[in-house]
Amino acid sequence: MFYRETGQFKTNYADDQAIFPIAQDRWGIYIILGLAFLAAPLIMDDYWGNAILIPFLIYSLIALGLNILVGYCGQISLGTAAFMAVGSYASFKLMTSFPGLDFTIVVILSGLMTALVGMMFGLPSLRIKGFYLAVATLAAQFFLIWLFNKVEWFYNYSATGQISAPERTAFMFPVTGPSASVLYKYYFCLCIVVITALATKNVVRGRIGRSWMAIRDMDIAAELIGVRPVYAKLSAFAFSSFLIGMGGALYFGVWLGAAEPTEAFGIDQSFQILFMVIIGGLGSILGAFLGAGFLWLLPIVLKNFMVDMLGLSTAFSEHMQVIIVGALIIIFLIVEPHGLARLWQILKEKMRLWPFPH
Amino acid sequence: MAFDLFLLEVIVTGLLAGVMYALVALGFVLIFKASGVFNFAQGVMCLFAALTLAGIMEKTGWPAWVAIPLTIGVMIALAWLIERLVLRHLINQDPIILFMATIGLAYVLEGSGDIIWGSDVKVLDIGLPQGAVDWLLDTHNFYIEKLEIFAAVIAAVLVGVLAIFFQKTRIGRALRAVADDHQAALSVGISLRTIWVIVWSVAGIVALVAGVVWGTKSGVQFSLSLIALKALPVLILGGFTSIPGAIVGGLIIGVGEKLAEVYMGPLVGGAVENWFAYMLALAFLLIRPQGLFGEKIIERV
Amino acid sequence: MNMHSSVNSTTAFDTSSQSDQDVLISLDHVSLSFGGVKAISDISFNIKKGEIRAIIGPNGAGKTSMLNVINGFYHPQEGTITWRGKVRRKMKPYEAASNGIARTFQNVALFKGMSTLDNIMTGRGLKMKTNFFWQCLRVGPALKEEIANREKVEEIIEFLEIQHIRRTPVGRLPYGLQKRVELARALAMEPELLLLDEPMAGMNIEEKTDMSRFILDVNDQYGTTIALIEHDMGVVMDLSDRVVVLDYGRKIADGAPKEVQSSQAVIDAYLGVSH
Repeated sequence: MFYRETGQFKTNYADDQAIFPIAQDRWGIYIILGLAFLAAPLIMDDYWGNAILIPFLIYSLIALGLNILVGYCGQISLGTAAFMAVGSYASFKLMTSFPGLDFTIVVILSGLMTALVGMMFGLPSLRIKGFYLAVATLAAQFFLIWLFNKVEWFYNYSATGQISAPERTAFMFPVTGPSASVLYKYYFCLCIVVITALATKNVVRGRIGRSWMAIRDMDIAAELIGVRPVYAKLSAFAFSSFLIGMGGALYFGVWLGAAEPTEAFGIDQSFQILFMVIIGGLGSILGAFLGAGFLWLLPIVLKNFMVDMLGLSTAFSEHMQVIIVGALIIIFLIVEPHGLARLWQILKEKMRLWPFPH
Repeated sequence: MAFDLFLLEVIVTGLLAGVMYALVALGFVLIFKASGVFNFAQGVMCLFAALTLAGIMEKTGWPAWVAIPLTIGVMIALAWLIERLVLRHLINQDPIILFMATIGLAYVLEGSGDIIWGSDVKVLDIGLPQGAVDWLLDTHNFYIEKLEIFAAVIAAVLVGVLAIFFQKTRIGRALRAVADDHQAALSVGISLRTIWVIVWSVAGIVALVAGVVWGTKSGVQFSLSLIALKALPVLILGGFTSIPGAIVGGLIIGVGEKLAEVYMGPLVGGAVENWFAYMLALAFLLIRPQGLFGEKIIERV
Repeated sequence: MNMHSSVNSTTAFDTSSQSDQDVLISLDHVSLSFGGVKAISDISFNIKKGEIRAIIGPNGAGKTSMLNVINGFYHPQEGTITWRGKVRRKMKPYEAASNGIARTFQNVALFKGMSTLDNIMTGRGLKMKTNFFWQCLRVGPALKEEIANREKVEEIIEFLEIQHIRRTPVGRLPYGLQKRVELARALAMEPELLLLDEPMAGMNIEEKTDMSRFILDVNDQYGTTIALIEHDMGVVMDLSDRVVVLDYGRKIADGAPKEVQSSQAVIDAYLGVSH
């Protein structure tokens, strides 16, 4: 009754092609953004910031990036963590080589570098498809991590082989390093995520996004109507890696503060993000957020429940978490292979008809 | 002379490591052929099988000849459960969805294995021969482990049995029919579900063999499940549906990796083994996308 | 260097099509084989500007392969293809597309995850030029371009009478409508040559009538040259200006529908001959 497009007439194509053509959706987004920008600071403390909101935002950004590649362009990647690592190490090198550089610039440049590396590892996609490509991205995963372990220049010859983020500012506010306030960090991540999500939404509903989806749905037909596979695939790899690289810079610089390649960027991390994309919904911007939220919060909730409420041992609850996450993935794939985003869509369709379903 | 012997030793060690990869890849190929599922959980199945065997022997003190059939039973029950709870509900889904489901399955198996049998490293000793082959060591100063030779023999026997199973039996024919075309197979009265249970059981038993050999060599532990990832480049080389391809691919990867580690490793700081297989597969893909034994694919519209 | 190559192509032009200035594409002695199997052997024929050209023949005669050769999906081992008077190099499908060759498929090849509108908009891809940066912002030139092309697409939607399914994901559409959307997508490219691979396969009489009307209208209103493969002889005879008949990868007849119909070779190919 309340969610309905009746009476909202579009008189030109610009309105008809707006991001949220339905007024109720538009208001919903304003409310969420309002909450994120105005209400979140009220509850912000170290726990909420560092354990929940900041990682949620960063994972959303990375999932968004992977979703471009897998969900929109149909190219499977198992090397996400390696591209995060490229972003992280790029940001580390930039921060230490150019101390005066604003962290915003660092993040963007790291994204660009990752885009270059991503395109390089995307080249095989021009000849191979599907699982074969997945193996090619595994090559990226193992090779890049090895590189960051072996080449000392990447971690500035530090004895531990770790990288740690020095204190840097974005628009005069300190956002990295141990003394940066959680609130600044949160706002910084939020701004980047909101802007990129908007830009991504614009790209996927324009010419370039359509060429990605065309390649995904039927690559031969796409080529025969004039989509150049080289451009479509490489641009998807580039844009996807750009977002993942920015995410990687935030992941290391803002959130972790210090990182070591094998631990922080392992293959499990790659799978985790792939799960976020699949459970959230392939080919959906909203899905990236839902998936990241779900998979990031689930273990926290489970842990709180099992360890704190049921008093189970930490080791046992960790194993249980693994099982539950695995089982949930299977259940999700069986019940709704198109993910949370599709569930939301179905709910909206229902609401449109409510309370008269016929 | 000494140098040549060293080279030979590296190659032989590589070949035998390759046999292990081939065993894991074999499990992949079996399942992929019969159900089109790219089973990421194959590695964890090796771990799970070896854990179960080691666990049974440790907790009950029963000898291997009792514990092994029991473990085989567990693997068959597992195959049945997987068909019942997972595969049956995912018929006609995209390959990527099935693939993701097997990753989920891998998580479940890994967690359950840890909870049931504990996550500590287990020693697995079912009386397989261990240590160096003394005769070669004494006469030629040439080091090979007995276990590795044993593994090669086992692998050869396994491949032989599977080949006969596929070519000569009624079930084998049905399996090949299913591999060619699910719907056509259904229409001539082959039960997909039964076939899947059988194939996953066989893959489970192959996993057990791989798990036992590997586990005897370096203990049953989590890293066992990671050889699944090494089996991927093997599959690329050999093609996803070719059993001989899996064997040859495994051997090439095994030898290539060892040679790279020995001759290239020192130049770049070692641990080349981590990524060499993937890079080799990648280079290979760019030259021959259909694999060693695959046919050139003609695309149609 | 440049001079030289242009001279070359002019010569080719002269030899291949001396008299017919209005020939759009001509294939000369084209042969195509896969491994040892010959799909097309030594076929020559041309398509003139503005005509509806039918390619018919029994199953496996090489009709679809012929279309695939024309739009660069397969590369013939022998023979030359002259497009708009110039001998064409080995050409990629997207190059053929940007040269004005559009195509529909025997088994509908729509982008299943996208709506009807998006499918047709994808066909406009070649006409859209704004760069990545503007696409991210979707203001200024990007938005203007998007709207201009949307207007064009709406014209086509109206022309093919598919307004009601504009927002429907194409996967949910019935077969007949999918074929129509596919035609719309091809038309969105504003092609010079439109290749239709069995546009009426699996349709009922009404849908066939509709589709025939659309094909004639496209030919009429936009002046698009059309090459079509079709099994329904009634439709072929009514629609086409000239017909080429293939059998086992060879050309067995070529000419106006009436001539072809009475050709002994064609009757033999379709009805079989007693040996």
